[in-house]
Amino acid sequence: MYRYDDIDRALVTQRVEQFRDQTRRYLAGELSEEEFRHLRLRNGLYQQRFAPMLRISVPYGLLEAAQLRKMAQVVRKYDRGYAHFTTRQNIQLNWPKLEQVPDLLGELSQVQLHGIQACGNDTRNITSDYLAGVAADEHTDPRPYCELLRQYVALHPEFYWLPRKFKFAVTGAAVDRAASRTNDVAVHLVRRADGAIGYRFFVGGGLGRQPMLGQEMNPFVPESDLLRYACAILRTFNRFGRRDNIHKARIKIVLREWGIERFRAAIEEEYARIKASAEGEELLLLPEDIERVRAHFTSPAYRPAAEVAADLEAVAARDARFAAWLKRNVRAHKVPGYRVVFVSLKAPDRIPGDCTAEQFEALAQICETYSFGELRSTYEQNLVLADVAERDLEELWRTLETHELATPNIGLVTDIVSCPGLDLCGLANAGTSGVVQEIYRRFDGLDAQYEIGAIRITISGCMNGCGHHSVGHIGILGVDKHGEEWYQVTLGGSPGNDAAIGERVGRALARDEIADGVERLIRAYLELRCDEDETFIECYRRVGMESFKARLYESEAEAQAA
Amino acid sequence: MRARILRRRELIEDDWTLLEDGGAADASAAGGKVIVTLARWRSQREALLAAHAAVGVLVPNTADIEAVYPEIDGRPLIALQFPTFSDGRALSQAVVLRRRVGFTGELRAVGDVIRDLVFWLGRCGFDSIVPRQDQSLEACREALEELSVAYQAVADDHTPVWVRRRGRPAVH
Repeated sequence: MYRYDDIDRALVTQRVEQFRDQTRRYLAGELSEEEFRHLRLRNGLYQQRFAPMLRISVPYGLLEAAQLRKMAQVVRKYDRGYAHFTTRQNIQLNWPKLEQVPDLLGELSQVQLHGIQACGNDTRNITSDYLAGVAADEHTDPRPYCELLRQYVALHPEFYWLPRKFKFAVTGAAVDRAASRTNDVAVHLVRRADGAIGYRFFVGGGLGRQPMLGQEMNPFVPESDLLRYACAILRTFNRFGRRDNIHKARIKIVLREWGIERFRAAIEEEYARIKASAEGEELLLLPEDIERVRAHFTSPAYRPAAEVAADLEAVAARDARFAAWLKRNVRAHKVPGYRVVFVSLKAPDRIPGDCTAEQFEALAQICETYSFGELRSTYEQNLVLADVAERDLEELWRTLETHELATPNIGLVTDIVSCPGLDLCGLANAGTSGVVQEIYRRFDGLDAQYEIGAIRITISGCMNGCGHHSVGHIGILGVDKHGEEWYQVTLGGSPGNDAAIGERVGRALARDEIADGVERLIRAYLELRCDEDETFIECYRRVGMESFKARLYESEAEAQAA
Repeated sequence: MRARILRRRELIEDDWTLLEDGGAADASAAGGKVIVTLARWRSQREALLAAHAAVGVLVPNTADIEAVYPEIDGRPLIALQFPTFSDGRALSQAVVLRRRVGFTGELRAVGDVIRDLVFWLGRCGFDSIVPRQDQSLEACREALEELSVAYQAVADDHTPVWVRRRGRPAVH
């Protein structure tokens, strides 16, 4: 876990006071609505339908017990007793009062939490692999690079007024667990044959309107040049990103309008100029700069396998519920005797990603007792206890169950990714929570879920795509048709190594048809798959759109035939 | 009456006159210090130099400042534009002028310059700020000091945080 020093602390503290003064001036009528809008967004404060929403940055999804306890306190004191984990590993409060937000941010700053650049046209919180440091397929821990980048982009004056939001994700493993290419910039750490570390940069990804996956810009930027290359991309975006149309302002549009050759040439030329200048000297990272940050992310004091290993199969054999949880929510760890535990925030009748004050408190205690005091958030809106001794698993499971945090559905049909939708969000065209619940109930039985296997259902209440609908195996997009909620379905999207943007199937389905439609798609899969090992996405890719399309609109075809 | 502006952290009376393209009131500026658009500078360079004590140039925020610089090298003042306070293109132009091509003259921000933009202007190398008319100059001057810590060096007195930490112990 990165620990603030005096410089970090001073920056966050001063930032709170700056925002306190801005809020005071706004409330006193000295700042216009439009002026204050830009200022509050850069502190995480968004205007939703009924109240402000405060987005709190969780740098690369890493949290510790003191932060969880603070979250429990602030959601009770300033909100309605719960908060929401987002698809960018952040936390949102839905009902804070504007005049109290400076105090709220002041409290958060005591535990290294803030809303700096959580919204607005600036560089957003950097996301990363939620298994950083513990995954067997990881070759380089991405967290030190995330932190170096975080500090570089935080309150960077040149890049504080960008054309549009700008998102980085960093990974260092064979498996992409950060939906990296859906970001404006994906930084893939790479190791060359000679052992040299570098970065493979992808640029131009983004969900929302015209979803795109990032394209490779440079296959190997040397380790020392992380900030130089980031500067080149940001400066190119700041100069050339469109400012005449908010819907065409992301960097992906520059890439699309210019074509990749011209776009790459512009970034590479800026990079070359930076390298040749005094500015480039300053931006050069020395090995010791990286080592200093790396020292914050050392492995915890793992105990020898003989002390922590357990015969989990024996426990599973006498308790089917534990067996289900072990199978679905527990993953391998690179250290013998330890496991990675997923904490599901997808319990029945709950909004995906929501977490109550009581749960925050419980999680603080749980991560202290079982996982060296740390917890991670995932872009699928679940949580991870990264370092759990096998011997503790049964006890941990019972504790999580008590707090409704042990639903054994990670990666299954009820592990639905969703934005808050029309219930809260001012941008939404349609509700999401009702649809989520309806789909959830159709497949709530564990046998049905296990029969269906790995599948990713994602739903967004508008085309901005916070619910990642474009990269769902089954993606659902809420649209407004003459004041009614309708839902468009896309198929075949994926956020990981096999990243793909889903294809739209056809006409939207009405609110009362959508759950039936999803069910028909899943039944179609069960009939079409070669065997139980072929997942939904594999089957879709083999069979193609038409078979699924026919099933999605089956009732309509029947109605026409009748 | 001349406008009051912020220059090198001081509130002063502006000694420059901005000449609008095709403006009729040029005569009053004769012999004084004037700022002209880049287009006018390109077309009337010799005449402008002959008629005025000093000539500064206003560069559009869409210009490739590095490409344009040879034409305006040696000017005592370059003015950059903020059509709205949230349009940050001129910030990149400023950094390139200060850090890459080595412009050391007066670098002026004009347009929709509000108090809450001033801090960022200062860090990007602007030493001459013409706030929007309704803004308090005193508040703008204070805003230059709004935050004393910074992670990056841009075109200011800061040292990048990764450089500052060299020699410090790794974990606190």
